[in-house]
Amino acid sequence: MAHSTYSESNSDLLNIEIQLLLQAIFLRYGYDFRNYSKAHIKRRVLHRLGTSMLSSVSQLQDRILRDREFFNEFLDDLSINVTEMFRDPEFYKSLREKIIPKLRTYAFFKIWHAGCSTGEEVYSLSILLKEEGLLDRCQVYATDFNRKVLGIAKDGVYQKSEIEQYEKNYLLSGGTCKLSDYYKSRYGSIIFDKELSNKIVFADHNLVTDTVFAEVNLVLCRNVLIYFEKGLQDKVIDLFYESLVPSGILCLGTKESIKFSRHENFFEIVDEKQKIFKKKIL
Amino acid sequence: MYKAIVIGTSYGGLEALKIILSKFDNTFPVPIVIVLHIGDHNNETFVNYMNTICSLEVKEAESNEKIKAGTIYFAPPNYHLLIESDFTFSLTTDQKHNFSRPSIDILFESAAWAYSKNLIGVVLTGANSDGAMGLKIIKEFGGMIMIQSPCSALSPAMPRAALKIAKPEIKLKLEDIADKLIDLAYS
Repeated sequence: MAHSTYSESNSDLLNIEIQLLLQAIFLRYGYDFRNYSKAHIKRRVLHRLGTSMLSSVSQLQDRILRDREFFNEFLDDLSINVTEMFRDPEFYKSLREKIIPKLRTYAFFKIWHAGCSTGEEVYSLSILLKEEGLLDRCQVYATDFNRKVLGIAKDGVYQKSEIEQYEKNYLLSGGTCKLSDYYKSRYGSIIFDKELSNKIVFADHNLVTDTVFAEVNLVLCRNVLIYFEKGLQDKVIDLFYESLVPSGILCLGTKESIKFSRHENFFEIVDEKQKIFKKKIL
Repeated sequence: MYKAIVIGTSYGGLEALKIILSKFDNTFPVPIVIVLHIGDHNNETFVNYMNTICSLEVKEAESNEKIKAGTIYFAPPNYHLLIESDFTFSLTTDQKHNFSRPSIDILFESAAWAYSKNLIGVVLTGANSDGAMGLKIIKEFGGMIMIQSPCSALSPAMPRAALKIAKPEIKLKLEDIADKLIDLAYS
């Protein structure tokens, strides 16, 4: 909650300092948070201020500019790494029923999982592809701007404490085996079979500052766009549009949409509720 | 002059909201934004039902949506709902706060940033302490705060926590809350 240094009387000052901080981070480190939703950024900045014994955002900026390690910690604050396996099971069900048959028509296809975080949802995708007999026919690019979470994703080792929820999600998503067929348990952790990650390339890619890197048949980017302001959302949907082959598929988060975006007419709806769209052939 | 009302509630909230929200007619001049803890369930049935008993339009808040008078907005389940300084909504999937997502505190805090003294914050019946800190922040930013009197709440924990932390002067029985909001909205 709000840091005591800031109140109603100097909330304008706080907004100015945050704007300067984001500019400083962009100039120093190249990460661009300037067009992220402001209220979210403000919460994160105040949270970091509260835990770091600093009394103003200007002091925080000074430290961030000079201390790379400290900046990396702050970067973790700004990236959202809340995820789970088969998150929104109904989405995976729809993917299995409506999109897999389309992918099956290709001899080989590519998938881009943008903003993959710690990888739980990428492994979910791999399991789905394996069960549909398509894992050998595809290449998956899993990207994130945060190298720390990419490292976790690459390892494919997760806490066992969440597994009950994951099992439940897996079954609801239409899984045809048992989730435990895909991992081994070791000392309170679960380790996914290497077979699942063989087809995944984990790579550092920033949706805000980087460009198209491959032509793909399917883009998954779920619960990332909600953190962006409208203009930046449009820019990122541009990027997905450019990356997709004609009739390629775009999957967004349940509360995200291309509605009102510049590209509304460039996609047709495959599943309105699960936010699955198809690039039109123009 | 008040520009928005934010309401937070959990256990017993559904019944409480039915009583309050059905009292506003369709000329009510201030938008209402609500966090109701209902777990991971879909809002759809509930929003549809509320539309049948309310004169105001009831809907789920959407990312980037402009906040308009004449509308009652609910936070979508499993997302935090925030209000931006340009009076649009944003959503996040951040960690739970007070074991809750959506969290009342998070809505209230961002609403206080956006509306400062032009905001009314209300905490109703509920079984945890979410909303207490948020209500305090609304007060600090000059907004008006009130709670459902704990003794009249189905679950008194939430208004009691708000009472302790935010010290609101206005404590009302459930059936008096709508009238008070109508008074304030037209003041």
